[in-house]
Amino acid sequence: MARKVVITGLGATTPIGGDVPTMWKNALKGVSGARTLEDEWVAKYDLPVHFAARCSTPASDVLTRVEAKRMDPSTQFGVIAAREAWADAGITDIDHDRLAVAFATGIGGVWTLLDAWDTLKEKGPRRVLPMTVPMLMPNGVAAAVSLDLGARAGAHTPVSACASGTEAMHLGLDLIRSGKADVVMCGGAEAAIHPMPLAAFSSMQALSRRNDDPEHASRPYDLDRDGFVMGEGAGALVLEAEEHALARGARIYGELAGTSVTADAYHITAPDPEGLGATRALKAAMFDGRIQAADVVHVNAHATSTPVGDKPEYTALRAALGAQVDNVAVSATKSQMGHLLGASGAVEAVLTVLAVYERQAPLTINLENQDPEIPLDVVTSARSLPAGDIVALSNSFGFGGHNAVIAIRSV
Amino acid sequence: MASNEEILAGLAEIVNEETGLAADAVELDKSFTEDLDIDSISMMTIVVNAEEKFGVRIPDEEVKNLKTVGDAVNFIANAQA
Repeated sequence: MARKVVITGLGATTPIGGDVPTMWKNALKGVSGARTLEDEWVAKYDLPVHFAARCSTPASDVLTRVEAKRMDPSTQFGVIAAREAWADAGITDIDHDRLAVAFATGIGGVWTLLDAWDTLKEKGPRRVLPMTVPMLMPNGVAAAVSLDLGARAGAHTPVSACASGTEAMHLGLDLIRSGKADVVMCGGAEAAIHPMPLAAFSSMQALSRRNDDPEHASRPYDLDRDGFVMGEGAGALVLEAEEHALARGARIYGELAGTSVTADAYHITAPDPEGLGATRALKAAMFDGRIQAADVVHVNAHATSTPVGDKPEYTALRAALGAQVDNVAVSATKSQMGHLLGASGAVEAVLTVLAVYERQAPLTINLENQDPEIPLDVVTSARSLPAGDIVALSNSFGFGGHNAVIAIRSV
Repeated sequence: MASNEEILAGLAEIVNEETGLAADAVELDKSFTEDLDIDSISMMTIVVNAEEKFGVRIPDEEVKNLKTVGDAVNFIANAQA
């Protein structure tokens, strides 16, 4: 019998709240974190997209100046979320050799990389800071969290574009089940609201162009959806072997019952139109957690608000859940906070855990004319989840054909 | 050209900016590594910032000889002379 893994700590910094209580309150209320960007570089580079969803609490309000100087913005967000999750878990006595980190990012230290390149061109190689490499490396966030917590059972960085945060949960579960760790700080962090990624995502027609109305731009499942809204931030979850959590009398939010990762092997960016890879991921996560379709009552969907992305996920959900899909309350929380790329899976995992724990599904905003080809039961007003044993799923899909699914069971 | 006092004050400001150490802790007889706990990456950042601030060049091979704050102040003063 595999070790049971439970979630005992949550942390987040997002466009709709700089900590978990604020984010959760807003997620149930239904707010938009998207705003017009006031940065001079929007006009300077004539960017086609003028808005994004920035973290509601700047990292500089939380970290000391010296801490922030040595971390890329993505790492800053990751450390903030991890510290909140760690404090929330309340672990005071731990064998640090049994504490691991699985902290993902999609892009890594893009601000550091490009700032250093600008410095090199403008001021020469001598002015490129010695901290540049440790700040730009994608494992920077996992390393910083490991240093912060004294986590010595390995610090891992799953990288699978927008599936990264969910893949971190998959890895965390494995680390505990296989006996390599008793506690894992899992999460994902991203800070890519920089003109270059905005230009690049625009070039591939992935971003919404609703420049005159940012708050209504992220509209998953709506007929007028025209792309995702770039977000930023981090989510963090403390995974713990059940016996370890019980021994210290921990508050347990839920069980990480099953996870899976599959690859489409179909196209580098386009989702398989039949959602076959996503279907296999859903089925595998349910098999892993010994979950029946009838147990599933809630899904936090990937649902980025792109014209091509939202539908295959529905196809996959129907294929995996069968008729039960009609009884599942689906939340598309990117409608509120935009797409946090490599952090999205971690933040959505936090929301999914809270949905199961609090028996409330977060809202989907901006759904005015639901795409008739996606007849899901989308949560657009306050919705309680049923009592008793329930399961919620959270999906993440990433460029490269990555599909990752986690299943959270109530305890 | 800056006086030794001005160089010390400027250096203390750079050290504070990089490490958060109080500027008045940066005294001439303090060792960068032993007393101020400055690691090699921070030291290189301080050196590069000092080069810009004081308009001097501190060669990489010279940095290991700058053991104390006083060593750095003297080097910068001589380089400016």
